[in-house]
Amino acid sequence: MEFFRGTNIDWLGKKWYFLGFSLIFSVSGVLSMLFWHGIPKGVDFTGGTQIRVAFDQNPNEDHIRQAIDRGGVHNASIQRVSDPSGHAANKVIIALPIASASDQAHDVGRQSVENALNANYRDSKFQIEQVEIVGPTAGKQLQKQAWLATVYSLIGMLVYLWFRFELIYGVAAVVAVFHDTLITVGAFSLTNQEITLTVIAAILTLIGYSMNDTIVVFDRIRENLATSRRETLSEVVNRSINQTLSRTVLTSGLTFLTVLSLYLFGGEVLHGFSFALVVGILIGTYSSIAVAAPMLVAYQDWRASRGKAVSLPAGKRARA
Amino acid sequence: MGKNLAGKTAFIVAVLVIFCFGIVGIPHGSLKQSITDRIHLGLDLKGGTHLVLEVHVAEAVASATDRDAVRLTQDLQTAGISGVTAGKTDSTHPEKITVSGIPIGKMTDARGVFSGNTYGDYEATTAADGTVTLTMKQAAIRSLSERTVDTSIETIRERIDKLGVTEPIIQKYGLGENQILVELPGISDSGRVEEIIQSTAKLEIHAVAGGPYATDQEALQANNGVIPPDAVLVKGSATAESPEQVWLLKRVSEVEGTDFRDAQPSNDQNGRPNITFTLTTEAGDRFYKYTSEHSSSSASPGSMAIVLDNRVREVAGIQSAIRDRGEITGGFTKQQAADLSLMLRTGALPASISFLETRSVGPSLGQASIRQGVIAAVAGMTAVMIFMLIYYRGSGINADLALILNLLILLGFMGFTGSTLTLPGIAGVILTIGMGVDSNVLIFERIREELRAGKAAASAVQQGFAHAWITIIDTHVTTIVSALILFLFGTGPVRGFAVTLTFGLLANLFTAVFVSRVIFDSHLKNKERGAALSI
Repeated sequence: MEFFRGTNIDWLGKKWYFLGFSLIFSVSGVLSMLFWHGIPKGVDFTGGTQIRVAFDQNPNEDHIRQAIDRGGVHNASIQRVSDPSGHAANKVIIALPIASASDQAHDVGRQSVENALNANYRDSKFQIEQVEIVGPTAGKQLQKQAWLATVYSLIGMLVYLWFRFELIYGVAAVVAVFHDTLITVGAFSLTNQEITLTVIAAILTLIGYSMNDTIVVFDRIRENLATSRRETLSEVVNRSINQTLSRTVLTSGLTFLTVLSLYLFGGEVLHGFSFALVVGILIGTYSSIAVAAPMLVAYQDWRASRGKAVSLPAGKRARA
Repeated sequence: MGKNLAGKTAFIVAVLVIFCFGIVGIPHGSLKQSITDRIHLGLDLKGGTHLVLEVHVAEAVASATDRDAVRLTQDLQTAGISGVTAGKTDSTHPEKITVSGIPIGKMTDARGVFSGNTYGDYEATTAADGTVTLTMKQAAIRSLSERTVDTSIETIRERIDKLGVTEPIIQKYGLGENQILVELPGISDSGRVEEIIQSTAKLEIHAVAGGPYATDQEALQANNGVIPPDAVLVKGSATAESPEQVWLLKRVSEVEGTDFRDAQPSNDQNGRPNITFTLTTEAGDRFYKYTSEHSSSSASPGSMAIVLDNRVREVAGIQSAIRDRGEITGGFTKQQAADLSLMLRTGALPASISFLETRSVGPSLGQASIRQGVIAAVAGMTAVMIFMLIYYRGSGINADLALILNLLILLGFMGFTGSTLTLPGIAGVILTIGMGVDSNVLIFERIREELRAGKAAASAVQQGFAHAWITIIDTHVTTIVSALILFLFGTGPVRGFAVTLTFGLLANLFTAVFVSRVIFDSHLKNKERGAALSI
């Protein structure tokens, strides 16, 4: 069986469509981050208390709120847990904002919530499944670590690509994954889903994945540049994308399949994680063709327009 | 092609056996039991409590400088310099002792005292007005901080051990911070754990300098508006009978936490729960000297306060000299007396702590997560394997074998290294499957291209691997680079993800490239030249 054979699509000719498409998605995400939902950060980064409670029967959010209110905690937000596979989860997440700027008092509300639930739900059973309390120091620390991890891994990849190809390849790949990250975080903002530590792990995964895709195309470009001398760069790039298209679609499709099964069967705990991957794989596949490769060509055109020699950035093998 | 195929096959089988051993170890009991003994599950999968706490090391520095300030006054007196006050003037700088009132003529003698061995941890600077500031050296502060964190870890470990938690993790945490990580599998009541860890159980006996007063203001008025530099105001515990009171106590304690040798719950003469303590010999001697000098029959009778966690528990006049035994009464319940004497026995925390992060997962949520994660992994993998068989026919078997072997090696790695499988770790496994498939697809697509170009099966396989190999290395190295960075800068579950992803990709380099090649070669070897390849 074979899906693609001898495809000959002019990918670079569609670069304005791609640009428009990317702009629509990234700008709407950025607008949402700026003016609508912001970047919805989970308790991991904002600090605060989050208590996940499973009830035997379908809980009434208003009753819970009243009970907690009577218990002396007034600013709790109560959110029903939704399962992506559509199962009714008799669970709620009770979130309390950070108690104070001091670490000493970081879990003031937990005991009151537990007491309030104990007093009001003794008959219909409930169970505290998960408690997460993050103090102000830890929240800042985790936020800093997430930033560092993201920035450093991008730098690490850039350096590796610089070493293996040339600087412009690394820059184009990093711009592509930045584009993916922006759109994915934008999707979280648009759908108002919280970004937690595990979502950060997912975003780093998609960075690695999108990078993979880009490298496969770049590798082919380098290889083709080494053998063909007559074609223009954009012809080589087009040919390379077409040659790897079968692989791109297959791999992305199969990875999408595994991630989709994670999204559907992985349970609500992994909901955010798998959502990021579902979005990220689609966008990461797209960006290697629609962002990274055109950028490479645009850079060369720009060099040519300034009268510089069209030195094909072919890497070490091609020069030999 | 076909070079030493038997040797390569034997190597693969050996690897397979070794990593299977990594997963199950020496089999005992059921298979499931053997596996769960080797593959550690993270707290998010088996339930438990995860705590990050910070030790306030500045407190330890402050109490060290307090003690040295008192000793310094005595040493200066011995050296014939009197009328000197040594103490701390700046509460934001616990590492500084200010000495003022040194007569100008005695400055050289005083310098001799400061530069003596006793104060080797300090740097002395003299201001224009003759005030000398002793600042604890950075190196000394660092080693004191380290000791404080180490002692805290010891103390917490003893307390946790007495709770009977199996396999707790208690270790330093973070990069150069004074933080401690505590992980307690199987305990999801984080509130109780926090309470037991947090009580510093710092027991001290101080001489009473004045009081009781009703409020801080009253205490100030009674002392002409100034608290003497060698004294502090300490609040007393409010009980049902008596409201909160304030006492003026000597700053430096007569007896402190490390001086206690033992503590046991007991009952006083009225049958109420109290705690009996015993002092170490050295502290007993010191205490005897002090109490005999200040007993009710002596020239300067005094009273002393038992202070627990910076609150006055009890104040009593010194009836007679006491050597090494005493008791603390004061409205305990039986449980409190038992808990408190446990904490006194295991030792006080050298400084107070605060919790930065608390996470606990109940056992049922963990089990549900495992089930869902495994279902997702199995479903994803099955779908991929079936697809590979349909799309690549005979060669799909290569891919499927490579995938299964990849998974076995990954789990074996985890068994050998004792790394922990977390929920994001399962996600890492699923991604490993994705990357494994990618390597196979890259190779197979290349082989197809070569076949289309008219190459014979053997040389198509040879060329396909040669071309795809470079790309596979590039993609794997970049992902491993990001996984390693994730491991360095990530925490908890994120690290678990990085670990499985790294192991998975390493395993994949072996299975997708080496094993798959060997399968191809042995397959082609048994065929005639020019036979078609099922791909």
